[in-house]
Amino acid sequence: MKQFTSFVRKEFYHVFRDPKILLILFGMPILLIVLFGFALTNEIKNSNIVVCDFAKDAASQRIINELAVSNNFSIDKSVLSHHQIEEAFKSGKIQLAIVFPANLNDDLLHLNKAQIQIIADASDPNTASTLTSYVNNIVNGYQNELMVNNKAPYQIISEIRMLYNPELKGATNFVPGVMALVLLLVCVLMTSVSIVREKELGTMEVLLVSPFNPFIVIIAKAVPYFFLSMVNLTLILILSVFLLGMPFKGSVLLLFAVSSLLILTALSLGLLISNSTNSQQSAMLISLMGMLIPVMMFTGFLFPLENMPMPLQVIANIVPSKWYYIIVKSIMIKGLGFSAIWKETLILFSMTAVLLTISFKKFKIRLA
Amino acid sequence: MNDVTLTNIKKTYNKGEVVAVSDVSFQVEQGELFGLIGPDGAGKTSIFRVLTTLLLPDGGSASENGFDVVKDYKEIRKRVGYMPGKFSLYQDLTVEENLNFFATIFNTTVEANYDLIKEIYVQIEPFKKRRAGKLSGGMKQKLALCCALIHRPTVLFLDEPTTGVDTVSRKEFWEMLKRLNEQGITILVSTPYMDEATLCERIALIQDGKILSIDTPENITKQYPSKLYAIKASRMSALLHDLRGNENISSCYAFGSTTTSHLNMKMIVLKQN
Repeated sequence: MKQFTSFVRKEFYHVFRDPKILLILFGMPILLIVLFGFALTNEIKNSNIVVCDFAKDAASQRIINELAVSNNFSIDKSVLSHHQIEEAFKSGKIQLAIVFPANLNDDLLHLNKAQIQIIADASDPNTASTLTSYVNNIVNGYQNELMVNNKAPYQIISEIRMLYNPELKGATNFVPGVMALVLLLVCVLMTSVSIVREKELGTMEVLLVSPFNPFIVIIAKAVPYFFLSMVNLTLILILSVFLLGMPFKGSVLLLFAVSSLLILTALSLGLLISNSTNSQQSAMLISLMGMLIPVMMFTGFLFPLENMPMPLQVIANIVPSKWYYIIVKSIMIKGLGFSAIWKETLILFSMTAVLLTISFKKFKIRLA
Repeated sequence: MNDVTLTNIKKTYNKGEVVAVSDVSFQVEQGELFGLIGPDGAGKTSIFRVLTTLLLPDGGSASENGFDVVKDYKEIRKRVGYMPGKFSLYQDLTVEENLNFFATIFNTTVEANYDLIKEIYVQIEPFKKRRAGKLSGGMKQKLALCCALIHRPTVLFLDEPTTGVDTVSRKEFWEMLKRLNEQGITILVSTPYMDEATLCERIALIQDGKILSIDTPENITKQYPSKLYAIKASRMSALLHDLRGNENISSCYAFGSTTTSHLNMKMIVLKQN
């Protein structure tokens, strides 16, 4: 036991004496949270749109006012020919154009039917469809207003409620993803590098020629990173709740419990990588490159997994962060208890068990 | 009684392609200061790693204190001290922290064996709060030796302990080894320097993984068939040129620094009969 505490203390020294490690450990989560919280977002704000109002009547003015009020658009009111609109799209100045034909209001009143044209830049399909649906909503709203005066015989009104995230804030989606990303990356990177460093510096050689049990080496290596990751997690949660206004509906204790499970999964993955490599560089490359892309792709916070082809969905199942992401969303946003997440927890638990067993088996008690 | 025994040890790398050690056998007696002398790549480190249970031999057997290096590796790891050729302590830990750490993992304390390392440790004690990475080469070696000794090993393995250490520190280091040896610790030391060989009780000359001869340093020098000369001059290149032109001389080498003081302008010349 004394050996163990002495080893753990040594590991803490390593961490606190290396500014680079501290920077990665605490700088990366803060940076990612702030980046995803403020800078990188899939909400559409202040898109440049151009309005070509050939009508200049009551109906077109109403719609333009509605558009101007929503903070999704910044409107340029100028009358452009179709040719000029295309030029504007090509130069990338605008994302959407709305064309009101002449006599819009007259057509509406007399023919009960009028057309407006919405042109979007679909080179970014997501933005294009989001923007057109925003405009559509506004036009529909105006149409419903007109109907109040002039009741239609049959009407189906769809009443929409956005559950758990009524304001459709991006942070709600991103924060659990970033939590998964940060915990997984930081833990895998730190543990893998720390063991390989002992090999590279030759200290492993001295450690091996001692009565020290190699299993204790592994566990003692993991302990400091476990604690530091918990600190990290607390930091991320504080930032996201107080800075980004994330909801926190479920049990804090439960979230910490499953997070510690994910940290364990990540630590055992890091151990496995370090047992299979011989230089800090390759350990870093494998854990950064080999982890970053799968975690980004298959966690589900950037690209919805449901839309992926079957083989990719199958691959996503072996990415631990996918399950953690589901768990965090359930606890933080939906406020669910353990009964709702036991399946995902069990999967994470089995992953940890398998990874730990392999890395213990692979741990070399000799040099070659 | 033999403390270290090697019987036909063979070690290859790259699936047998590179033979590092072939059929090496020798014994080291208890309390002996035994030197393994050979150039770089002779197989010294491989032998040390087999003996310290870090590598499995591809053939033959070896034992220390009666424990087999393959079967009883755990027992051996409790008993031997090992100082690798490369400085292998934690550079970001202080002198004191390194020493305490290694004492703890060997289930002992610095106090318990302080008498053994005292003489060496007092020299680096003024720097005990300094990080190991910031020590000079000679002090690093002293610290590494302290750490290798902290659990009072029965056999001490030192792999090229003086490579890259200045002349004064080298001399000091060997004096320390002598004193440790007097306390009854069996010491196996490897070195590429011939001048250090004479400080050992017995030496084994090794080249290309094979033992050339094992004897006391005096006997080995006595066995040498030709006469050796040291020749000094202030202009090394001219000297070398002249000597190489002489047909009575079988070979000659520049030795020591060729750029600094005249004292180092020294040559060893092997003369035929």
